[in-house]
Amino acid sequence: MATTTTTLITPAGATDVELTDDGFFVDPSVWTEDMVPELASREGIGAVTDSHWQVVRFMRSEYQQKGTGPSVRALGKTSGVSVKDLYALFPKGPAKIAARIAGIPKPKGCI
Amino acid sequence: MTANRLRRLYSADEAEIVVVDQDDRHLYQPGLLFMPFGLTHVEDIVRPRGRQLHDGISYRQSAVDSVDIIDDQVLLADGTSLEYDVLVVATGAVLVPEETEGLTGPGWMEKVFTFYTPEGAAALEAALAAFDAGRVVINIIDMPIKCPIAPLEFAFLADWYFTERKMRDRVQLTFVTPLDGAFTKPVASQQLAGMLAEKHIELVTEFNTGEVDGVEGKLVSYDGREVPFDLAVVIPAHGGAEYVGRSEGLGDELNFVPTDMRTLQSKARPNIFVIGDATDVPTSKAGSVTHFEGDVLVENIVHFLVGDELEAVFDGHANCFIETGFHKALLIDFNYETEPLTGHFPTKVGLPLLKESRLNHLGKLMFQWFYWHSLLPGRDIPGIGAAMPTAGKTPASVD
Repeated sequence: MATTTTTLITPAGATDVELTDDGFFVDPSVWTEDMVPELASREGIGAVTDSHWQVVRFMRSEYQQKGTGPSVRALGKTSGVSVKDLYALFPKGPAKIAARIAGIPKPKGCI
Repeated sequence: MTANRLRRLYSADEAEIVVVDQDDRHLYQPGLLFMPFGLTHVEDIVRPRGRQLHDGISYRQSAVDSVDIIDDQVLLADGTSLEYDVLVVATGAVLVPEETEGLTGPGWMEKVFTFYTPEGAAALEAALAAFDAGRVVINIIDMPIKCPIAPLEFAFLADWYFTERKMRDRVQLTFVTPLDGAFTKPVASQQLAGMLAEKHIELVTEFNTGEVDGVEGKLVSYDGREVPFDLAVVIPAHGGAEYVGRSEGLGDELNFVPTDMRTLQSKARPNIFVIGDATDVPTSKAGSVTHFEGDVLVENIVHFLVGDELEAVFDGHANCFIETGFHKALLIDFNYETEPLTGHFPTKVGLPLLKESRLNHLGKLMFQWFYWHSLLPGRDIPGIGAAMPTAGKTPASVD
């Protein structure tokens, strides 16, 4: 799968990370919370609110426990944020966008 | 199927086998796809459950209240309980249309249907027969669903159906999906998207339906997009059986049971195994998957009962016919690691893969016979083992 190297600017400085051609972290372990504002702004999210953080941290913990990020429906049931609110926070696809911001791979959609 | 296989392996003295189910109607679910087009009727696809079981298997007809995974008991709705040494959860998936705003509101069963139930399929048959002109929209609300390919098959058959009735030019067909393509795997997605285009079926992707308005006739996505319809065929969101939600420690937030994808042992308790649509394993919820799981499951129950290590060998194998209309079908064969590829199945001499053929269509029709006479009784189809075959396949080109 094709990947690209992107430079992220964080308070700590500039870091190069490898992303898949659809924008997901190739190596989730290089992600840090410092990268979130920059990653969010690349998704068109100007201000990162507490609700954004709630979802991003939840995605990260689900990935660590289960090996994959949750679907939108599962997110809506267990993250503490409803599906409607998820779309307000991450327009155009909360599961995918929050996964990109949380530095985890694309959630395993079923076939 | 699991009960029948186990009954053959163990005598009545060695093992008592009890099957619990809530009604006496075993439905051949793949038949539902054909009902809306008048190609089959519900009587042809339902048989009594008890009769599918070999002698020596007890059948208890009752709904399940919950499973107590600590005390190894199944609590039935009538207040009685059944103790178990090994439990196999085979309770499938259910539709949860009420989770989508408006879906079961005004217009449901009048303008908005699902063919995923016999009642819905029958009502849709009448609605299609009376349909004169306009927009027919087929929509998958969300994944996972049973038989992910059936909505596409419906679209292909609808194109054929309206063509046969010489009214295809008066009908706009639109396929609306939350996925980012016609299908999730690259090779198949390209092929299937191409077929939709050839048949003039519009494809709308990345559409997460938040609301169905059965009065004004439109689907509304969570991000504000709208798709208008005169008739909507919706595949509602799915969940696991309800009792799983009442059984502490057994299921996940959608009531599916977390299951080891190789051994089919539940992650809840070592003496609970799971098969079919009830699992959370990352492959299709398909009958063929369940059949292939059956081989591995029964072997592992045998290992478990004598304290041996389980075999971590299930490969997620799925093998699915895709009706494409005009008496033709495609066949796809895949597993956890390998997407659907071209070639032939099960060897170089066999049914063509990812290619329309009349032979595949006949295969799909004959399959119902195999289902009742071979698969449910727990027999294999000659020449077809559980693991996905690679002989006869053409690898995807690497870019």
